[in-house]
Amino acid sequence: MSTETPSGPGISGDDSLEAAHEKNRRVRRVLFGCAAVTVVTTVAIFLVLFDNAASYFFGARISEVLFGGDSIVRTVTFTEFFTGTRWAPDHATPAHGVLPIVAGTLTITVGAGLVSIPIGTATALYLSEYATTGTRNRLKPVLEVLAGIPTIVYGYFAVSFVTPVIVSGIATYVVNPTGSWFDSISYLAPFVLDPVAEWMMGVSVGRYSLLGGILVVGTMTIPMVSSISEDAMQAVPDDLRNGAYALGATKYQVATRIVLPAAVSGIFASYILALSRAIGETMAVTLAAGFNANLTANPFAEIMTMTAYLVSIARGTSAVGTVEYQSLFAVGLLLFLMTLSMNLLNDRLKRRFQEEYR
Amino acid sequence: MSTKRETDFLEDVDLSREKLLNRVFYGTLVVASLFGLVMLLLLIADVVWESYQAFVTFDIDLGNYLTATSSSRAERAGFGASILASLWLMALTAVLAFFIAVGCAIYLVEYAPENRVTRLIEANLANLAGVPSIVYGLLVLALIVNDAGLGSVILAGAIALALLIVPIIIVASIESIRAVPSSVRDGSYAMGATKWQTIRQVVLPKAMPGILTGTILALARAIGETAPLIMVGTMLHATRYPSGPLSSFSAMPTQIYNWTYQADRMFNGLAALGIVVLLLFLVAMYALAGYLRKRYETDGGSISNV
Repeated sequence: MSTETPSGPGISGDDSLEAAHEKNRRVRRVLFGCAAVTVVTTVAIFLVLFDNAASYFFGARISEVLFGGDSIVRTVTFTEFFTGTRWAPDHATPAHGVLPIVAGTLTITVGAGLVSIPIGTATALYLSEYATTGTRNRLKPVLEVLAGIPTIVYGYFAVSFVTPVIVSGIATYVVNPTGSWFDSISYLAPFVLDPVAEWMMGVSVGRYSLLGGILVVGTMTIPMVSSISEDAMQAVPDDLRNGAYALGATKYQVATRIVLPAAVSGIFASYILALSRAIGETMAVTLAAGFNANLTANPFAEIMTMTAYLVSIARGTSAVGTVEYQSLFAVGLLLFLMTLSMNLLNDRLKRRFQEEYR
Repeated sequence: MSTKRETDFLEDVDLSREKLLNRVFYGTLVVASLFGLVMLLLLIADVVWESYQAFVTFDIDLGNYLTATSSSRAERAGFGASILASLWLMALTAVLAFFIAVGCAIYLVEYAPENRVTRLIEANLANLAGVPSIVYGLLVLALIVNDAGLGSVILAGAIALALLIVPIIIVASIESIRAVPSSVRDGSYAMGATKWQTIRQVVLPKAMPGILTGTILALARAIGETAPLIMVGTMLHATRYPSGPLSSFSAMPTQIYNWTYQADRMFNGLAALGIVVLLLFLVAMYALAGYLRKRYETDGGSISNV
């Protein structure tokens, strides 16, 4: 939005004035350059990911083919990539099916959504419709702190508390009513992580578990759901609520049948944002869910997400040009495209709810 | 109509189900709202407990911990090199991100015409804010670390973090610049100032507290980021003190990751202590941001600092 105010008096032919105008034009160009950097970043992400991912599938980067005269060799077929069920590009007998890690990512995402969406929505409803100002002022900072804690801390929390205490507690309850079947999952427990867990529950789950990842990622995405949903609920005009009360509606009815439907596009936008964050989440899932590219829905098993794979390869500092290095970008590109589509959807929904009550 | 019939009518209406439903719903909401609070308390209690264990069980020497470099032997390992690396990262990230972000914000608020290019830039900002941080790490790994041959150095990590937080600073700066009343600008123009003079000497000084607050909050986000640094190729053991922007490094979060990843319980204790240090840094930054906001809110109306 530009301010349409003429700068300086409109006297032409004045040298110093010309110089001032020239300076203004220069400044404008520099500032536009700053703004352009943000667009260049996006373009660079696209180009670099595509360019490097190409070498995974075609044996050479796009830039090398175009400018270096390298020839195209099919190394990994798209069919194998998208339909194979074993992911081990770095093994002696490599396998290039990306499905297990995509499934790992989606399981974590859906599971985290099952935690954060109901809890976040309920929190938003409570804050928006029920809480007194005092309670709101106390509860909202807590949620902000929850959102501000680095993901590595959630990862640590998963390793040192959630998995050994909560997940193994659940494992005991679910799996061990008779005490016999549990012995069969003892392969999950290569070592006891936390003596506290054993003392409390008399059981140990492995160091990594799907459920642990779901719980921490779910917890860390609650604030995204609750704060954006609450904004959407606050934007619902009071006239609608009062109209419903005038017709004899109870508070419950107003909350569920007036506020929720009226704010639905903003609420959905918050869900998509939370799911998109869960897809891209790295440190918490890496430390909580592990590095085993399994196709499984067993909540106590170790799995691997796309981001965890990226970390596992980067940890090993693989050399440029190796298959592992190239696979980083194939997986990274897929991850980027997944979150990009979620973000575009989120953007559209958000725009809709903002336009509804202006 | 007799009053008796009215009472009969009311007696027919059974509101107990509605009342129960309302109470159950309210209770559910309260319990759900407490979930986040409980998890936060558990997390803090866990970190504090593990740090306490680190001192009691493993007898960690705090002085050595805060000054030494990391080591593969847990008894000798310290956090000092990581703290210094994080400080380097923050300084470089701040310099790299601040000017570009503020420049972009000024352009969007003061100069940008309402056209397709502007809309593209604005839509792209929303998109950038949603890109997973690990992807910025991949970008810098390919482009800066390997293609440009810079290597896995602090500067490369700072570039990744700067790309990550530029959108955040832009959004905060836009808000802050928009909040400067247009009467102030008009006053400056009326005095014969040019557009750039007005922005530099009138608008920016008034918007600066908000911009700085946003920058500090964004840096607080950057200091806790682990994934982009790992992608850039941070060595996961901070075995040396970094000597400058071009030395390899392991920052606080990557060092914490490395210690957490180890099976040895003593390393986990070291990680817990590291988390305490990291969180103290965060608290200090949030406090500084809060202080800035408070301080400049109180004399908000005056333009004495112009």
